[in-house]
Amino acid sequence: MSALELPSAVNLARAQFALTVVWHFLFPAFTIGLASYLAVLEGFWLRTGKAVYLDTFRYWLRIFAVAFAMGVVSGLVMSYQFGTNWSVFADRTAPVLGPLLGYEVLTAFFLEAGFLGVMLFGLERVGKRLHFLATCLVAIGTLISAFWILSANSWMQTPTGHVVGPDGRFNPADWWAIVFNPSFPYRFAHTVTGAYLTTAMIVGAVGAWHLLHDRDNPRARLMFSMAMWMAAAVAPAQLVIGDLHGGNSYEHQPAKVAAMEGHFETERRAAAILFGWPDAEAGLVRDRIGIPGLASLYLTHDLDGEVRGLKDVPRDTWPTNLPLVFWSFRIMVGLGLLMIALGVAGLWLRHKGRLYDAPWLHRFAVGMGPSGLIAVTAGWTVTEAGRQPFTVYGALRTIDSVSPVAAPAVAASLAAFAVVYLAVFGAGIWFLLHLFNQAPHAHEPGPPPGQPIRTAGITPAPALVAGAQDAGRPLAQPAE
Amino acid sequence: MSLDLTLIWALLIATAVFLYVVMDGFDLGVGILFPAVRGKAERDVMVNTVAPVWDGNETWLILGGGGLFAVFPLAYATILPALYMPLILMLLALVFRGVAFEMRFRAASPRSQRTWDRSFSWGSYVAAFCQGICLGALVQGIRVEGRAYAGGWWDWLTPFSVLTGAALVAGYGLLGACWLIWKTEGELQLRAYRLARRLGLVTLASIVIVSATMPILSEAFRVRWLAWPNLALAAPVPALVALLAWRFFVALDRRAEVTPFLYALGLFLMSYIGLGISLWPMIVPPAISIWDAATHPSSQAFLLAGAVVLVPMILIYTAYVYWLFRGKVAAGAPGYH
Repeated sequence: MSALELPSAVNLARAQFALTVVWHFLFPAFTIGLASYLAVLEGFWLRTGKAVYLDTFRYWLRIFAVAFAMGVVSGLVMSYQFGTNWSVFADRTAPVLGPLLGYEVLTAFFLEAGFLGVMLFGLERVGKRLHFLATCLVAIGTLISAFWILSANSWMQTPTGHVVGPDGRFNPADWWAIVFNPSFPYRFAHTVTGAYLTTAMIVGAVGAWHLLHDRDNPRARLMFSMAMWMAAAVAPAQLVIGDLHGGNSYEHQPAKVAAMEGHFETERRAAAILFGWPDAEAGLVRDRIGIPGLASLYLTHDLDGEVRGLKDVPRDTWPTNLPLVFWSFRIMVGLGLLMIALGVAGLWLRHKGRLYDAPWLHRFAVGMGPSGLIAVTAGWTVTEAGRQPFTVYGALRTIDSVSPVAAPAVAASLAAFAVVYLAVFGAGIWFLLHLFNQAPHAHEPGPPPGQPIRTAGITPAPALVAGAQDAGRPLAQPAE
Repeated sequence: MSLDLTLIWALLIATAVFLYVVMDGFDLGVGILFPAVRGKAERDVMVNTVAPVWDGNETWLILGGGGLFAVFPLAYATILPALYMPLILMLLALVFRGVAFEMRFRAASPRSQRTWDRSFSWGSYVAAFCQGICLGALVQGIRVEGRAYAGGWWDWLTPFSVLTGAALVAGYGLLGACWLIWKTEGELQLRAYRLARRLGLVTLASIVIVSATMPILSEAFRVRWLAWPNLALAAPVPALVALLAWRFFVALDRRAEVTPFLYALGLFLMSYIGLGISLWPMIVPPAISIWDAATHPSSQAFLLAGAVVLVPMILIYTAYVYWLFRGKVAAGAPGYH
């Protein structure tokens, strides 16, 4: 045995799935909310006719195009990963999961991709109303997509409605029970809300960034104000939804919740452990700091309630990486609490009439820009690493799910994904940051409102001129 | 006799794969033709011809993969591990290409513009070549034991699969050239005419060579095509290929703008039907038929119930989007984003 021996094929395949899915989800986590935000902005523009809405819409539309393209191509990879790396899983679960993913493609992907072209290029071809319809269809498509993929994921967490055949395959028995499996409504609400918050944090950070340079920029004010409303309303709601989701997990996946909480022993008046280091070998949390009784209160809604610990479930069903689950959960919750603080601070300053004149708040919002992306990634890490050692919870083990592909092939592809994703998406994200840094100004590129619909082949000259000005404009734009 | 859902699904997925080949074929083809066109302005026009539709085109590939998973999981679970390397390479190439697509318009300097152009072009070549490799490897057969792939991870690499890989690059290039004839004008269109003629010849030669090689590869193909009465029944396919090829070159000579694309599609359709005749009813040659690979009947029915409504809707709004963006794309217009 040499020190350079490759990890097992199954661990390489896990690493590859983790790498590709984390990269992938960064984009939809942002674009799900952004699509809805664009629909809202365009709706306001149609209703009020105010240019500030159209300019802000155009500003975010350019960003949406780049983020969405990266989501499409990284998502394409995901649709093949089940087969290339998890072929036994694919073969066993396809009767249940196949149609759910099939419906995702048929109801969502085509809708999004089809109308994206109209949304990006079609304003001067189809007119305002049809264009608004296209924007709405893209936004609805992102939500339908979330519906199906989260139904599929939730079934892997809380499988119901199936019968296992003699060949080990999961055959459907009740489609309603499959689609609306016990954890699905909670996961759907939690994930979509998380996506909306992710967008709100990014939009708020970009608005705040420009307010720091020019507090009179009306586009920056608009986006900052809207984002602060979202933070104030949705971040506390997410806390409630997350608590309900946790309660549901506690009922159906007690080992996962025990790992999240760091509970090894089953006990009454269980403490909420704030910090510490779970040690699976020793069966305890090292250096723990906790609040007695609190975990019993929020898990059982009774200070004296009994909370199940890991030692109550068979050792071979414990999540395989306890510190990962434990700490990812704390990162997610901590960021969620900061989002609530931001929302409350925004609400207070708005009440005081100083929303646009509080540089400390703007700096806070800029710092919170990536918090949604990090929280969403941490949350998915909790739920996916917490499902281990199973792919279908309690029914199919990860070790039994993997493809018969040799370790060197998986190692090579993993390395290729790591390098290519870092280069390509790294460049893409760098470019997005560059776009964020450009101040939103009046007459964002594109034909101005109220112009007649143009026919094909005629150059929209104002757009090109505006575009040229845009390119030549210094990044730090003088006050308007 | 009850409805054979599996047969309906096989036809539906075959159609989806063909639509993918046709639609992403021309937009990959545009990337394949990049080295033949130097100027930034002309390249911008080329990319603008496909910019509003490429997302939708690529979605058919997701439907191909997703549909296989949903309806023929045994095929999905054996073909994908068998073609591991070319498939991963193809996906990476499409990632490169997709991002390059967005980035080349926004490149800050000519140097980074060239880098993204190169990514776009290389991505197109590698994706097309890998798809051809997958096709060739599939035709040659995949070794399955029990319900799992039983071959090695280099089995896909054969002279035949390299041949089909190169053939598909030429074929997509042809579709791209014909698309540009349709969608552009002036200098660029003239160049597309010249490219279409050359690539048409290469594509035809590839069709002939691949067709001639297949009966040598396996007894089953020989019997399928050359034994009596199959010979007579299958004869219309090569005859139609010859007819379409002749009409194609005539159309090029007459400087027709739309028909070269349609004839090129016809050549693809005939090759695809020829392939179907060779493989039918196997979905994982040589031994797994569509019925062996099919999923639980309830799963087939559940998804089909939606598909009969959704697929026509998709076709209608996809057609609408194409119609919306009809007409020539001129230099400098319509501005991208």
